[in-house]
Amino acid sequence: MGLFILRRLGVMILTAICLTFIVFFLTNLYPNLEKLAKTQGNFRMSEEEVQSWLEPRGYTDPMLIKYGRWLGVAPGWVNVAADGTVTGKCFTEDTPVEERPTFCGVLQGNWGTSLVFQDDVGSLVATRLAATGKLMGFVLLLMVPLSLLVGVLAGMREGSGLDRSLSTFSIATTATPEYVSGVVFIALLASSKFGISPILAEWGWIDGRTLFSGSATQAIDNATFANFTLPVLTIALYGMGYIARMTRASMTEVMTAQYIRTARLKGVSFGNIVMKHALRNALIAPFTVIMLQIPWLLNGVVIVETLFNYKGFGWLLVQAAGNNDIELLLAVSVVSVVVVLITQLISDIGYVFLNPRIRIS
Amino acid sequence: MEPLTWTGTVGEFLDPVTFVLGILFALTVTAQIVLSVVSSGDRVVTNPDGTLSSAGGAYGMVSMGTRWLGTSLIGLALLYIVIGAISGPTGVGIVGGMSQQLIPVWIALIVTFVVSIKFKRKLGLYGKLFDSTVGMIGFALVMFWVFAGVMAGVFDWITTFDSLSQVSGMKNKGPGTPLFGAEDGEYPWYLLGGDNLARDVFSRLFKGAWVVVQIAPLATLFAFMVGITLGLPAGYYGGKLDTVLSFLANLILAFPVILLFYLLVTPEIVATGIPNYMATVLFVFPLVFVGVLLNSRYYTQPSIRTPLLIVVLGIMGWIYLSLISDSGTKVNLLPEFLDLFDIEGGILVVFVSVVFVNAPTVFRIVRGLALDIKTRDYVAAAQTRGEGPWYIMLWEILPNARGPLIVDFCLRIGYTTILLGTLGFFGLGLESESPDWGTTINTGRQLIRAYVHPLLPPALSLMTLVLGLNLLADGLREESLKD
Repeated sequence: MGLFILRRLGVMILTAICLTFIVFFLTNLYPNLEKLAKTQGNFRMSEEEVQSWLEPRGYTDPMLIKYGRWLGVAPGWVNVAADGTVTGKCFTEDTPVEERPTFCGVLQGNWGTSLVFQDDVGSLVATRLAATGKLMGFVLLLMVPLSLLVGVLAGMREGSGLDRSLSTFSIATTATPEYVSGVVFIALLASSKFGISPILAEWGWIDGRTLFSGSATQAIDNATFANFTLPVLTIALYGMGYIARMTRASMTEVMTAQYIRTARLKGVSFGNIVMKHALRNALIAPFTVIMLQIPWLLNGVVIVETLFNYKGFGWLLVQAAGNNDIELLLAVSVVSVVVVLITQLISDIGYVFLNPRIRIS
Repeated sequence: MEPLTWTGTVGEFLDPVTFVLGILFALTVTAQIVLSVVSSGDRVVTNPDGTLSSAGGAYGMVSMGTRWLGTSLIGLALLYIVIGAISGPTGVGIVGGMSQQLIPVWIALIVTFVVSIKFKRKLGLYGKLFDSTVGMIGFALVMFWVFAGVMAGVFDWITTFDSLSQVSGMKNKGPGTPLFGAEDGEYPWYLLGGDNLARDVFSRLFKGAWVVVQIAPLATLFAFMVGITLGLPAGYYGGKLDTVLSFLANLILAFPVILLFYLLVTPEIVATGIPNYMATVLFVFPLVFVGVLLNSRYYTQPSIRTPLLIVVLGIMGWIYLSLISDSGTKVNLLPEFLDLFDIEGGILVVFVSVVFVNAPTVFRIVRGLALDIKTRDYVAAAQTRGEGPWYIMLWEILPNARGPLIVDFCLRIGYTTILLGTLGFFGLGLESESPDWGTTINTGRQLIRAYVHPLLPPALSLMTLVLGLNLLADGLREESLKD
């Protein structure tokens, strides 16, 4: 088991290095650097001016060296200007000479500076990640119990009317991407001119003009029922169908097992069979599915945070990618890759723990 | 001219009926769900585990009610459509106008269904689809959009206006607004209203369907070619090849899709030509696939194989070269007079990124299937006969993996549609005036709290198309498991 985890960790690190190098490569291509120089300097720069902006900042060096610098295994760039001022990646002009480090990269804990937000990338990502963590927490709280319930109810009597209606419901949710359900929710529940809000307001059932808020900007500090329901619901709904269907498949398989038949023949009531005998075995497979679903939720998070203007990790990703904010983008991709790989690892390990029939040799 | 109402004069007496039936239907469905948990009726039903439980009683009554009410609601909907198609917007309002514009689609759908049901026993898996209600509903939804997309895009039927023409005074006007200053020969209404640039929402909806219908199946097909060509050897040979290919597939899968899109589709990256180089690599796979497929089959008959390969690969190679070479980009291999067609700006990039995202998943599925099937007796028999590895992979393993692959193909077209919408939603790739659904949702959402009518039609259309594909896949899976 230990060896297995170690090997997985090795693959994880290799994957993370490869992926960040791809991101690094794509963001450091010349047209991107040229755009960077022009947005940081001024838009009417000539070719030579762009060159002379990029060169002292180490942008024109070979790709591998630049990547090594970001990682912290190659010494950071140091540039001596014509007038003798020394600038470097790892220090500012004010830093005393003896305190100037040679290496400053991710390995040294230095994630760089975001050019869009003019802030330290590490703290920026941490705060945004916390905001998204809150969103994801609520989503999981809503999605997991609900989808398990739907799946178990549908799977306990295969082919019944309940099964058919719940299965249709779960297919419908998987067919509704976040940007569709989000838009429909806003139109029906959060528009002051359309849907049910005007009717409710006329009847005097709600205080404000709309039932829910179509913007979740406030929810970062102060999440209320009105401003946080729609984003959470939108993400949860799309992820739900898939988990529910997997739960249903696993539940129907368990319900046809011999030990369930034995229990039935013994005279155990249907409720007891479902609760005590079937449920435990039926929930092993959904565990894996739920863990593997988390990276998919990340996609939904990006869409929903953009749609509802919730300034979390997904919003940060869009800002970084839209503005080619290299170091921020790299940090964002590291985080998302780590999330993907860790959830994979947990799902593998958890599966072994939950299902004693499987042994990893 | 008066603005149109949704259902016009016919609606005045049909609408209350529909309303009452709809409420009753909702009530019975809820009752059915509640009762199916609680009740045990008096009709005996065999469960999959061999035990018996009873149905009927209150539950049976309610479920019969649901069925009748459901049927009558569908009948009413058909009534609206039929009367609408005959009498047009003057009789049944907006619904009638739309139904009348869609007459070619209705005819095509009816012909497809009548012919297919008539000959369903001779049509293999496709015919069996017409045994399952779910599959038929899914197929109907998918074919509706396919026919509508093709007719709107190729023949210019259905649409009432040009998808880009703006009419002054029609900005953000609601559904059914009469055209401001309409002249003779012009369609007198904006059936689904105008968007914030005063363009007709209805026409853009169906032009957008054409974009989706063009890209999604083709991109999925390419992804399958890539996935199959790499997945079969990975599963069949195993070993180092498998390790390397699986690592690469997992690498791409670990990428957040949206980040990948942003990295590939921004103008700066497009300027470097990376998407074009990727297209050059990815689009080779169909050639390789077909080449190997034919070569392994006719390897022993060179007199057939050589001319066949020359003709097929020659044609495909020409299409391939005209596809990837595009004057004005980095890849410009063919001279202008040989270049059959140029792909519209942005579409190639979108196409490539969608294929690139989908291919690894297909690879994993094919690899898993190959791993499973290569242990079968008929593979061992083929090996004993001395067949080459590619023959075994493409003519023994692949045909026997077709069931799950066809089902996944349907699901994946749906997923590709969602991805295309995502690209549009972030304003990536396609131009901002493109009528495709994702872009329309993106432009519409700025004004979402004031005007929902430009936004809801594309959103609901995308949903119905993907739902149709999912139901179709479900029906296919059910029917293919029956043998």
